[in-house]
Amino acid sequence: MSAPELGATSLLRYLWRQLTSMRTALILLLLLGIASIPGSIFPQRTQSPLKVREYFDDDPSGSKWLDRLYLFDVYGSPWFSAVYLLLFVSLVGCVLPRSLHYFKEIFAAPPGAPSLLNTMEGFQVSPARLESAEAWLKKDKFRISRTSDSIAAEKGYLRETGNLLFHLSLIVVLLGIAASSVFGMRGEAIVNVGERFINTPTNYDNLTPGRFFSLESLPPFTIKVNNFSASYDRKTSQALDYELRVTTKDSLDSSEVNQIVKVNEPLTFGSTRVYLQANGYSPLVTVRDSQNLVKFEGPVPFLPQDSNLGSIGAIKVPDMQPQIGFVSSFFPTAARDEVRGGFSSFPELLDPRLLVSVWKGDLKMDEGVPQSIYRIDTEEMERIGLWALSIGESYAFEVGSITLNGVVPWVNLQVVRDPGKQYALFGSILAITGLLISLFIRQRRIWVRQVGGNIEIAGLALNKLPGLEDEIGRMIREIGDQK
Amino acid sequence: MSRSDWAYLSNDLIYITLALFALSFLSYAYETAFSLRANKADGGKYLDRAVTTKARKIASILFVVATASLTLAVIARGISAERIPLGNMYEYSITGAMAFALAFLLIGIKFDLGWLGLPSSILILLILGTAITLLYRPSAPLVPALQSSWLVIHVSSAILSGGIFLLSNTVAGAYLWLDRMERKGERSEFAKRLPSLESLDQLSYRLVAFVFPLWTFAVISGAIWAEAAWGRYWGWDPKETWSFITWILFASYLHARVTAGWKGRKAAWLCLIAGSSYLFNYVYINVWGSGRHTYSGL
Ligand code: HEM
Repeated sequence: MSAPELGATSLLRYLWRQLTSMRTALILLLLLGIASIPGSIFPQRTQSPLKVREYFDDDPSGSKWLDRLYLFDVYGSPWFSAVYLLLFVSLVGCVLPRSLHYFKEIFAAPPGAPSLLNTMEGFQVSPARLESAEAWLKKDKFRISRTSDSIAAEKGYLRETGNLLFHLSLIVVLLGIAASSVFGMRGEAIVNVGERFINTPTNYDNLTPGRFFSLESLPPFTIKVNNFSASYDRKTSQALDYELRVTTKDSLDSSEVNQIVKVNEPLTFGSTRVYLQANGYSPLVTVRDSQNLVKFEGPVPFLPQDSNLGSIGAIKVPDMQPQIGFVSSFFPTAARDEVRGGFSSFPELLDPRLLVSVWKGDLKMDEGVPQSIYRIDTEEMERIGLWALSIGESYAFEVGSITLNGVVPWVNLQVVRDPGKQYALFGSILAITGLLISLFIRQRRIWVRQVGGNIEIAGLALNKLPGLEDEIGRMIREIGDQK
Repeated sequence: MSRSDWAYLSNDLIYITLALFALSFLSYAYETAFSLRANKADGGKYLDRAVTTKARKIASILFVVATASLTLAVIARGISAERIPLGNMYEYSITGAMAFALAFLLIGIKFDLGWLGLPSSILILLILGTAITLLYRPSAPLVPALQSSWLVIHVSSAILSGGIFLLSNTVAGAYLWLDRMERKGERSEFAKRLPSLESLDQLSYRLVAFVFPLWTFAVISGAIWAEAAWGRYWGWDPKETWSFITWILFASYLHARVTAGWKGRKAAWLCLIAGSSYLFNYVYINVWGSGRHTYSGL
């Protein structure tokens, strides 16, 4: 009995053959589509971390389960990667042998005519001679192999080339994507107008390097943010234009260049690009203690909550005794109504107001737990005051005072290095080209056989595109005319 | 004319277009109803061709005039906003309806599509009706994220593909309807005048094969734009995810036809499923979804 020997290797071979069949590749491609659906249903950490947090707040135990299934990180999950990797292996395993086969095929003669032509497509009988059929096929650039009483002809080999090009290019696309995630980086930094951003890790608010990206290799550019102007439609508050003016330097000792950044026009430093992603306001405040000593001074970025840039923020003063925190809202154009209370009615600084609610107690900043810069945990604090400040105004509370000196805009700069993107693009363009070729080139065989005084003609449309019967009809008409 | 004059003109033209399509729809409906009734009355033997031909002719002329009026409305909307009219969902809908109507007429030159006039005019009425009542937004400048020449390239190829996918689905739907009728027995006298199953199958396939490259281009140009505007070319934003799914479904459709030799019923269903994923992307993700494609307040 040879069954045991068949065991492992033949099973592996069988699995490999299954995995690398075109059909499996197709099924995996479909699976990849299905696997990507949950990511459009559940909020994703990479896109909307706040929504994910809301899920956890609303339903902690359910969310925990969802999280175990990676439903908040679908596109980085093991099961999504598994489909992606299997598809990759399957494509490589499917396309490479096919390419080899195809290169042999390029020089091969078309397979001989089947014995019974009348079961094939477009079967017709004509009184013409075999030679004129051959001449016609030759003139029409068919590749021909001939026996004494039959001709086999084939045309449209380019289709297979297109097909291969398409699949090979998909591999290039996948490699490009992989290269980006491994060798790339992305990060974000909030920069107030008037400040300078130096491209070092500490200046980022968050930074995600790829696995093989070393932080030492961050290019040493600097960006000084000179001015940010935004214009809005008076009636609808819709943004009309954002324009950021910066002075950049490629490295510490290179020359300065003035540049303009817009939403669709990022800055470029070699393979790194810098995008204008968001904007908001930073109130400039000074906080003094009861001895009138300055304990905090500077711009504090606030987080916009609506399209009129009504924003929330937190001013934390850990150096005061006791510690003081201001839970605040900022309205660039303050308005008030019964339902909403205070709100902003326009995104420009027409009538700015800073609402502060003053808390004293423990800010819990030394516990090593990362905190939101926009929020204060007031659980162990006590509220000691509430005021709305306009520019230039001060408010004195129990143990000190706060002054609103002015307001500057901030911009959120997104810094991205994506070394694989050219490959992904190049691969996609090749893929479309291949696809077009394989969809629109008709590959077909035509066979002719002498039967008595007549010839029989039939064919096979290899990719089932219509047109073969017309072609055979035309052939018969034209070789008939020649006689 | 001032910008708001153009905007008013565009709105008026949309209402006129609606009326014209409604009339065209009524004529198509009359043609259909007449031939159905004639079938019943005399067992389908004697259909008064003069009446149906006349109704069909009136309906087609109305369809052409309505399409012209719709095209003018779209152009006027563009002039009023001083840009391509592809800035919010109202504009995508009227432009998409125009793409659908034009594709219907252009393809109608080669294939006889008159018999599809009834479902097509209903679809256009539905799209335009929802657009002007639910989705209407005053003509306004673009938000900064859309101020790019990619807008024209990306959105028009996406919307155009949508219009043609819809047409291929209409044909596939007609295929399934007639196929059911034939399986139950003979075609009704009315349906006998419609094209053969074979040619419907081919037409719906050809439409998909024609727009699929355009659709691929729409997705890739979206990715190039996303790289310039958002700092990444692919981020699994819901709209991106669903355009990927649509792409895969139509690719499977083509693949199934070419290599597995699918045709007929199975292929028609797959075509409908793939088309629905486009529609889902357009309607659901725009209106209820979240993500970066929802900037314009629809
Ligand atoms: C990978 C990137 C992108 C993909 C795959 C993508 C995909 C699509 C698709 C499939 C549509 C067709 C209409 C629909 O089904 O709803 C569409 C429409 C649109 N895209 Fe994109 N897109 C991308 C990037 C962008 C970018 C960067 C912008 C602009 C900043 C943009 C703006 C639009 C607009 C304005 C429409 C028309 C409105 C709509 O239907 O939502 N897209 N996009």
